[in-house]
Amino acid sequence: MKHIKTVTKVNLQETVKNGGCGECQASCQSACKTSCTVGNQVCAK
Amino acid sequence: MIHKFEVDGTKIVLDVNSGAVHLMDEIAYDIIDDFAALPEDKILEKYGGQYPVSEIEEVWAEISQLEAEGVLFCEDGFTGHRENDQSPTVKSLCLNISHDCNLRCRYCFAGSGHFGGARTLMTAEIGKRAVDFLLENSKERRHCELDFFGGEPLMNKKTVEEVLAYGKEAASRRNKEIKFTLTTNALLLNQETTDFLNREKISVVLSLDGRPAVNDAMRLTIPGTKGSYDHIQPKISSFVESRNNENYFVRGTYTRNNLDFSQDVLHLADLGYKYISVEPVVGSPDDDWALRECDLPALFQEYEELVRQYVRRMREGCGFDFFHFNLDLNHGPCLPKRLSGCGAGYEYMAVTPEGDLFPCHQFVGKNRFKLGTVWDGIQNTAIVSEFRDAHVYNKTKCRECWAKFHCGGGCHANAEFANSTIMEPYHVGCELEKKRLECAIYVQVLKAGYKEINGPLAKAADIC
Repeated sequence: MKHIKTVTKVNLQETVKNGGCGECQASCQSACKTSCTVGNQVCAK
Repeated sequence: MIHKFEVDGTKIVLDVNSGAVHLMDEIAYDIIDDFAALPEDKILEKYGGQYPVSEIEEVWAEISQLEAEGVLFCEDGFTGHRENDQSPTVKSLCLNISHDCNLRCRYCFAGSGHFGGARTLMTAEIGKRAVDFLLENSKERRHCELDFFGGEPLMNKKTVEEVLAYGKEAASRRNKEIKFTLTTNALLLNQETTDFLNREKISVVLSLDGRPAVNDAMRLTIPGTKGSYDHIQPKISSFVESRNNENYFVRGTYTRNNLDFSQDVLHLADLGYKYISVEPVVGSPDDDWALRECDLPALFQEYEELVRQYVRRMREGCGFDFFHFNLDLNHGPCLPKRLSGCGAGYEYMAVTPEGDLFPCHQFVGKNRFKLGTVWDGIQNTAIVSEFRDAHVYNKTKCRECWAKFHCGGGCHANAEFANSTIMEPYHVGCELEKKRLECAIYVQVLKAGYKEINGPLAKAADIC
């Protein structure tokens, strides 16, 4: 494409069906523990 | 829903419901807001005086294609509904190993370590019972987490050692794993403790606010008249070196006293620390160091300056990791996980030295929020439900916010302290989080090798 570059093509909507296992790390907006913000989580599956 | 924003000429659009991120040139960036509202002929009419018709038609076609692919103007088909589980799955505990501290930090959420009660230490017996509570209530979750917190946990090192050993063995018996973290002010970090933390591979958070004068204005030694920088910075540096600059965070807090906090971040980076977080203080609006609405413009500029310096150092080969600029756009968590960031109150709980359970360390001592005890289990299921239901679809301000799936709805403690309800997020916190997210997305765009400078899209050299 000439005018738009898609940097990341994900679709969160597709994760609803098989998601929610809870194995990923606890999240916090504060690094008072070595947590991640939810936006920086990596799926543990 | 889309969110468009610009950082130093780079024009970015986030498609909220899919999570896709797009880089746009000037025409596309200009037109995209009207795409959902106007038909093509009206778009041509509106913008035909500014841009060539052929270019507008190209942009229209590109947006249409991305919409058809589900990565622009994606609808939100999720409602946030989940089965109401009266028995929560607990996967993470914060152990207040010590309700005491050897510093007297002015902004301490724990009231200088004792949370408003007596200065006490957790016994190993209660710590082990907390481990059992975690493992028993984690149900089918294999990965659990346990944080040694306080007060200052190293004031009660014996309990830390015993609980760690017990936790590893108990988890192994159940075919589970516990990830351990310890947060410390570093004052008691001697060689023996360093060796222990490294041997056991415990992740460590080390508290230091930044420049000496900034740190010493808030982080004071007992009885609260002198700063702690000269005591703790050498210990932190020594510790970081002992574990090859890995598996830790140096964590600072900024207040109204240092709105130029990017200088504190860079000070920590100049000390050689690779993993850095400097975060806004939370406190009562009456505190003279509390952040205010009127500080936001200056803070927004400060985050922009910080991201410029962050990118510059990365390009020069001397980059550092900044907690709030970390974002995984491609392998992030599922949508159900994103509904609320931390899981406080149902997945994550704090334990006092007496064995009482609270939604998180910030709620310790606030009796309305007591959940139960590690002996009797969860008794206040109403509070558990309250926290579980305080997610982005149920909170009015979050539902309409572009940042909801990256933010997770903000800190419940901040909301409660500012608004006396966890259903309304803390406004200053929201504004800062949105600014940080824009910076974090910008960093990811650059790392993907894209840069837009007032002209056609160009792929710049990778910055790392």
